[in-house]
Amino acid sequence: MVAPASRRPPGHLVPAAGAFAAAVVLASSILLYSSPEEKRITIYSNAANYTLPVLERNGDEYVGLLEVFEPLGNVSAKLSGSHWKFRYYDVDSEFTAGKTRARIHGSDFDLPSNFLLENRRGLVPLSCLGTLMPRILGGPVTFNQNSRRLFVGNVAVHFTAQVSKTTPPKLVMNFTAPVNPMIATEPGKLRMAFNHEAVVAPGSQALTFDSKIIPSASFQENNGAAEIVVAASVPLMASFANNGHTIIVEPVPQAIPPTQATAPAQPQPNASPPISITTAPTAIHRYFAVVDPSHGGDERGASLTGQLAEKDVTLAFARRLRQELDNRGLATLLLRDGDTTLSLDQRASLTNSAHPAIYLCVHAATQGNGIRVYTALVPAEAETRGPFLNWDAAQTAFQLLSRSAGAALVTELQNRQIPARSIIAPLRPLNNITTPALAMEVAPPSDDVSQLNSPAYQQMIAGAIAAGIAGVREKLEAGR
Amino acid sequence: MIPRHLIIGVAVLLAITLGMSLYVWRMRGRVDRSEDSAANTQPVAPPVSGVTEQATLYVAYDDAGVLRPKPVRIPLPAGRQERAAEMLRALLTLYLDKFSPHALGAGSEIRDVYLVDPGLAVIDLNAAFADGHRSGVLVEELTVVSLVQTLSANIPGITRVKILVEGKERDTLAGHADLSNFYDVPAVTQVVAQLQNAQ
Repeated sequence: MVAPASRRPPGHLVPAAGAFAAAVVLASSILLYSSPEEKRITIYSNAANYTLPVLERNGDEYVGLLEVFEPLGNVSAKLSGSHWKFRYYDVDSEFTAGKTRARIHGSDFDLPSNFLLENRRGLVPLSCLGTLMPRILGGPVTFNQNSRRLFVGNVAVHFTAQVSKTTPPKLVMNFTAPVNPMIATEPGKLRMAFNHEAVVAPGSQALTFDSKIIPSASFQENNGAAEIVVAASVPLMASFANNGHTIIVEPVPQAIPPTQATAPAQPQPNASPPISITTAPTAIHRYFAVVDPSHGGDERGASLTGQLAEKDVTLAFARRLRQELDNRGLATLLLRDGDTTLSLDQRASLTNSAHPAIYLCVHAATQGNGIRVYTALVPAEAETRGPFLNWDAAQTAFQLLSRSAGAALVTELQNRQIPARSIIAPLRPLNNITTPALAMEVAPPSDDVSQLNSPAYQQMIAGAIAAGIAGVREKLEAGR
Repeated sequence: MIPRHLIIGVAVLLAITLGMSLYVWRMRGRVDRSEDSAANTQPVAPPVSGVTEQATLYVAYDDAGVLRPKPVRIPLPAGRQERAAEMLRALLTLYLDKFSPHALGAGSEIRDVYLVDPGLAVIDLNAAFADGHRSGVLVEELTVVSLVQTLSANIPGITRVKILVEGKERDTLAGHADLSNFYDVPAVTQVVAQLQNAQ
């Protein structure tokens, strides 16, 4: 039993107070030197989805009012003494520094704490946004203050989740709008972070499934973002389908031994794009190569002829290249197998997640003839610091192997009487790839540009490239 | 019969209308002239003339897909920054010629070149340059490397080059060559060595 402090002899108080003070100093140091996550609010609307910093003032959370409304429409603000006049379209508001009373559209409005002015910037308490914004916007707003997520109008994205009875089971999540979450994994979990999508909780935040492999999932939202966490007893991978409306989570397939030949893949001209983000441990190398047909979707690339776009030639050629690589036992992932828009960062992220032995990007051009093989020109001052790779210089460690593979490929092409040369080029996403990376620009065999789309020409080039890559397979495997 | 005072009134009104029309016509002409002068915000530089100097332009040749040095004699101003801009304009004159070895879109211009110590050069292209550029990895790379190498080979002390379009950052020149990063001159020199050898 511990005696009350007041009954202790005074001599005991000194070391106790000293220990307490030391603990306070230690705790303060930890608090001061640790970097707490910056508070932010995310606003979802039909005009834009955006995130703003939340400021701590006098123990309350504040946000800049002009920044809140700027992406939503025409706004202006004018400072007149201590009065801050704010206009959103034809709705006039007036706030006074250090006062809670404001005038909005001719009526009084009371803020929960004082309006603040900082460098001509008007700050309002965060907690009032749920009532203040409808007065100015003239429409409904839903504000979840705990998670700091605000929805203007009917913009919420709902989803359903169901585990299929197949073997292995698949968790199929259907969203009411396309989503593109950040996906990460940890033992027993797969996390999907929705930073810019207005995804809201289903009926219950905890979802349970009748599956031993994928028993549950949960929805969480905090600090302006939402997250879905899928629990599993095996490593999982996620893939997107239905133009981003569907995410399929399934167990990672067993690794394919690199020496085992696979059956020739049949061309699938109308297959849906299987864009996969593998979250398996890095020891499992499912794919030897990632083939990236450049451009796609809204991004047509070069107009090769009046009708022929670069994106179509690269896709047709990439499909042939995948088949040729597969025929040689080199399991290959095609980054897009349809007319899909992928950003350069998405291409790099998908490739880096798949951990292939080589990344091959396909381009097409009308200038010159034969094949030009490019390796990355890593930008200046993009050095890696600490344990994190600099995104723009991620290729640095693999440059030598990339150039060696490129040189071998050029030799193979030249041996087959195909004009080829190797060049360093400032071509993204080569510099963002964390494995040997090459880009190939296919030019027509003669002045006839339409030959670029000729199956015979594409097949000949694809066969030569696949043979060249197979020739450096051991070197690439060793570099993994 | 029409009363005389009515005829006089109508005549006076017609005269006023005619006078006002002439006045408005003249005023409109004045506004057009002043708008023209307001829209042209380019500083008026005197035409470069006088003694010519030796310079080396790095010229792209599309037919062979190469970049080759071309010694030229051009009149150059005294200021370092003005010399840099003039050098690139000389290169562009070559590319915009009827018999250009590496054709650029009509209206392509170098808006300005800024030299920022230590060693940074910023090339600002106009929108027509990028929007009218042909799309392709090699053709875009030849343009970018030609600009960077011509600048660094003739203006001592340049170690990095950044390319902007209309004063703003742009991801690529025409879908391929990266403009989002800085160009390191030693690395570009290595590329130039490769681009001097034809396929």
